Amino acid sequence: MIIKNGNVVLRDGVKKQDIRIEGNVIAEIADHIEGEGIDAAGLTVFPGLIDMHVHFREPGYEYKEDIESGSRAAVKGGFTQVCCMPNTSPVCDNAAVAYFIRHRGEDVGLVKVHPIGAITKGENGEQLADIGGMKKQGVVALSDDGKSVANSKVMRFAMEYASNFGLTCLCHCEDKELVDGGVVNEGYSSTLTGLKGIPRAAEDIMIARDICLAQSLDLPVHICHVSTYSGVQLIRAAKQNGVKVTAETCPHYYAVTDSIIESFDSNTKVNPPIREEIDRLAIVEGLKDGTLDCIVTDHAPHHVNDKNVEYNMAAFGISGIETSFSFAITYLYRTGALTLCEIADKMSGAPARILGLEGGEIAVGKAADLTIANLEESYVVDSEKFVSKGKNTPFNGYELYGVVKYTVVDGKIKYREA
Amino acid sequence: MLKHKDLLGLYDTSAEEICEILSTAVNMKKLLLQNIKKLPHLQGKTATTLFYENSTRTRVSFELAAKYLGAGTVNISASSSSVQKGETLIDTGKTLDAMKNDIIIIRHPMGGAPRLLAKNVRAHVVNGGDGMYEHPTQALLDFYTMQETFGSFNGLKVAILGDIKHSRVAKSNLFGLTKLGAEVRMYAPQTLIPKGMDAMGAKIAKRREEAIDGADVVMGLRIQLERQQGGQFPSLSEYSEFFGVNRELMRYASPRAIVMHPGPVNRGVELTSSLIDADNSKIEEQVLNGIAVRMAVLFLLTQREGQV
Repeated sequence: MIIKNGNVVLRDGVKKQDIRIEGNVIAEIADHIEGEGIDAAGLTVFPGLIDMHVHFREPGYEYKEDIESGSRAAVKGGFTQVCCMPNTSPVCDNAAVAYFIRHRGEDVGLVKVHPIGAITKGENGEQLADIGGMKKQGVVALSDDGKSVANSKVMRFAMEYASNFGLTCLCHCEDKELVDGGVVNEGYSSTLTGLKGIPRAAEDIMIARDICLAQSLDLPVHICHVSTYSGVQLIRAAKQNGVKVTAETCPHYYAVTDSIIESFDSNTKVNPPIREEIDRLAIVEGLKDGTLDCIVTDHAPHHVNDKNVEYNMAAFGISGIETSFSFAITYLYRTGALTLCEIADKMSGAPARILGLEGGEIAVGKAADLTIANLEESYVVDSEKFVSKGKNTPFNGYELYGVVKYTVVDGKIKYREA
Repeated sequence: MLKHKDLLGLYDTSAEEICEILSTAVNMKKLLLQNIKKLPHLQGKTATTLFYENSTRTRVSFELAAKYLGAGTVNISASSSSVQKGETLIDTGKTLDAMKNDIIIIRHPMGGAPRLLAKNVRAHVVNGGDGMYEHPTQALLDFYTMQETFGSFNGLKVAILGDIKHSRVAKSNLFGLTKLGAEVRMYAPQTLIPKGMDAMGAKIAKRREEAIDGADVVMGLRIQLERQQGGQFPSLSEYSEFFGVNRELMRYASPRAIVMHPGPVNRGVELTSSLIDADNSKIEEQVLNGIAVRMAVLFLLTQREGQV
């Protein structure tokens, strides 16, 4: 198959090129290649997007999402690989669940589904999970996402033990005592609404702790969904000091601020919470200067029953995998904050490097994972049109640019816009 | 005319609407003072108090207000466990709708719950206090008391001292008073002052004297014992010594100053007993005004019907 006439996002620039795919690899990139394929004239060709932080809910919460619906949502959103957080039921803390998730992903056969193993059994923060056994079944990282490993000694041993298997811990950073039942960012909007606030320090303290552990052990650590300006500062300083820390953020942290909670729309409830303009600006800056390596969605689909209740009782999370690419185009590319090459790196190259995944770049010999989109076309977000089971987005009515036309995984078209 | 079907908070209530409620309450209070407690305004209507939090004073005040206007009343007390496990709030509301109930007065420990209910029911919803969000009728009765004493809000200096952070009363007062042209000062231990109050128009005082200086109204807010247990100040006696209001401090206030408190009062904590029982204390008057104001609110909300 040939992808013809597209604007191809290469590592060092965007060039009009044809791409020839043979089997599941990129075989040739040249000015003009003869043959049949996709006419990508006017479209932009990205390396297949990788979302290293999603919740596909299977096994256990299939009423919220399952690997099939999640996979369909992923390819519609332009993703070719996803990494599933282990907070399923049962928790992915053993080889059997990891095996199940990986094989369910293969059976569905749309997006490459990588399991992430729990750090501790049952994500209870006490005893190490079966890390070696899970690695054998293909987990690509470890995380107790949804909570922090509160005990620093357990976290230290986890990082050390994981290093034997070449796995990195992805740290959800949250000091539960400081969170103390909070549901939104602590600030003007929390006071206005009377919704209990979560101070930045609740996140920052754990970011700092995990940086300290990584530094003293000289091991890598990855910080999940950074939402605070002060967290960006901590990570920036750590990187300058040579600590092996990488970090991610999400569209809702670089695009909007916590004034959106004033509607009491429980779809704005997410953990960590959406914060203030000072944080949003720092996160954009962190993406620009490389402090924040990648963009993930933290795709957290929920059933309407989990959201259509009192704000305090509503589940945390935003269904974001179908809008993430357009958010990047609208809020990072069109604003001039990032170039297309930088966006490709944040959403494909960096996740591949951090986790050692294939793909991540359009180059000869690389996996034929491609995302082909029209960056000039816009649409209005309507969650009823989501293919994810999770319709929980606070962004209904937002006009976004960047429409995915084709998602190619291992040389096969897995999504084509209707 | 009130603009909304419901009274959820003063944040989205205009100064004109507040003034209309207050002037309607003047007439209600006249009738009350004549001991006329069988009025026709809500005849044939039903009001339900749906309380997910313990309260005697507010619930009784609403219930009597509805009864004095001729409405039938039903009281539902839901324990907090039923919030966690039982029927959802929306389903409870729809059930009351199906029973042809006209007004729901809700108190709920979670901010925004009355708003969620109001969006999903036909009945008028009156917020009787939700979490740390709003308690509009308490603030309205406070305004009524201030207006009765001073005639106008313009330039009125109101000092609020106590647990600002967890107080829906402080917020509803702030939202309303700033719209009415009054000046609001606040003072509390830093652990009980939430972020952003200044941006909402309050002056956060550095010292008690600064808050009370020249104040026309000195309002204490109840200190819940659980705040001390939660480590936000060391002891009630220390609170009272450094953050409470006593006769000495009242010398900084305006000579015409009144003392208010939404109740129930911890005597000797927020305010000393001598202040509570003094001639310029309006604490008991607030209770009577509360009935008049709630009568006005219930009446005005139901007046909207037929005048779409």
